[in-house]
Amino acid sequence: MQHNTTQDTLVGLFVASGIGALFFMAMQISNLGTFNAKDNYTISADFENSGGLKVKSPVVIGGVKIGRVTDISLDKKNFRSVVKMSIDPQYNALPEDTTASIFTAGLLGEQYVSLEPGGSDTPLKNNSKVEITQSAIVLEELIGQFLFKDKDPDKK
Amino acid sequence: MIIIFTQLGVATRTSFAKLGRGTFFLIQTLAGIASVLARPRLLSKQLYSVGVLSFLIITISGLFVGMVLALQGYYTLSDFGAEEALGQMIATSLVRELGPVVAALLFAGRAGSALTAEIGLMKATEQLSGMEMMAIDPINRIVSPRFLAGFISMPLLAALFSSIGIVGGHVVGVGVLGVDDGAYWTQMQSNLDFYDDIVNGFIKSVVFGFVITWIALFEGYDTLPTSEGISRATTRTVVNSAFTILGLDFILTALMFGDL
Repeated sequence: MQHNTTQDTLVGLFVASGIGALFFMAMQISNLGTFNAKDNYTISADFENSGGLKVKSPVVIGGVKIGRVTDISLDKKNFRSVVKMSIDPQYNALPEDTTASIFTAGLLGEQYVSLEPGGSDTPLKNNSKVEITQSAIVLEELIGQFLFKDKDPDKK
Repeated sequence: MIIIFTQLGVATRTSFAKLGRGTFFLIQTLAGIASVLARPRLLSKQLYSVGVLSFLIITISGLFVGMVLALQGYYTLSDFGAEEALGQMIATSLVRELGPVVAALLFAGRAGSALTAEIGLMKATEQLSGMEMMAIDPINRIVSPRFLAGFISMPLLAALFSSIGIVGGHVVGVGVLGVDDGAYWTQMQSNLDFYDDIVNGFIKSVVFGFVITWIALFEGYDTLPTSEGISRATTRTVVNSAFTILGLDFILTALMFGDL
């Protein structure tokens, strides 16, 4: 069987470029290069209403993205929604009295969790709960209140 | 009236018989892969003709698909003032759908038809029977290396298609239309998940590679050993591959990305 070196080189180049493309997609295009989901710092917060928040929505402090929402579930006892967040471990010293609020990016943009650090010196431990929360603003409710506030029977 | 029923019965029986032969053929081919791994040079030659020779058509198509996506996406997104999301739009559509599907359709046309014609001609010129006479199993020697080559090449080609498409979209979106360079990449990175998007797209291309190579090799192996038979088998390869790719794509998308 004849050995064709050029052909072998081309095959090698082809396989290398294919694997290179996969690597490019993993590192440059997806969140794998920027965000490691393993040894993260997880906190949770109870909200009255988590609105349009989704799994993978961003968690920000002062406009800087520091983590993602990993799970949204309903507490069976008090019917509040429990939002679990995975935070980049380099920000694991958030104060204990941090406030969590759900905001909307722009008028119709996606919803995100904004954390507002308090002044306490005790840091929030891993898997602990943020006590002070502010629910999502549901646009329909606001419009409803605005439209029907003059028709309130008590005022007539 | 009875003739219609007879024909219907014959058609049903033939298609089931073909499916049965196809399955048996697939099992034999998979069993032959062990003997290919013992002789990697057979594989290297097929990787050249299946993969390397498809490289150019895949990369050039990928580049142009990415460029067109950037142009079309820009006009729609700029209506909403969301030009910044261009990178995300291009990357999501390429990695999830267009990369695997368009690369698979091109692969079926470029490599699949060549495989069918090659094996069909080998059968018509009785090279396959000749091998059997020499106590060489044609499945091990001819079919399995080609199958493995197609199965390996297809995911690599799809990954190349998506990557080059994203670069092409960058050239048009950032270079020509003036989308911000940083926004192009960061929007993409923050909205594409490695497991949800890239791994699922990769699984799609693996499935397509498996199915296209299977169809192409089986049509060639099962062809009528005449010139007309080969031409029909080649046509059937391209047509059946295209149907199967698009049908499977729907099922895979529903399983992976839909909330079923």
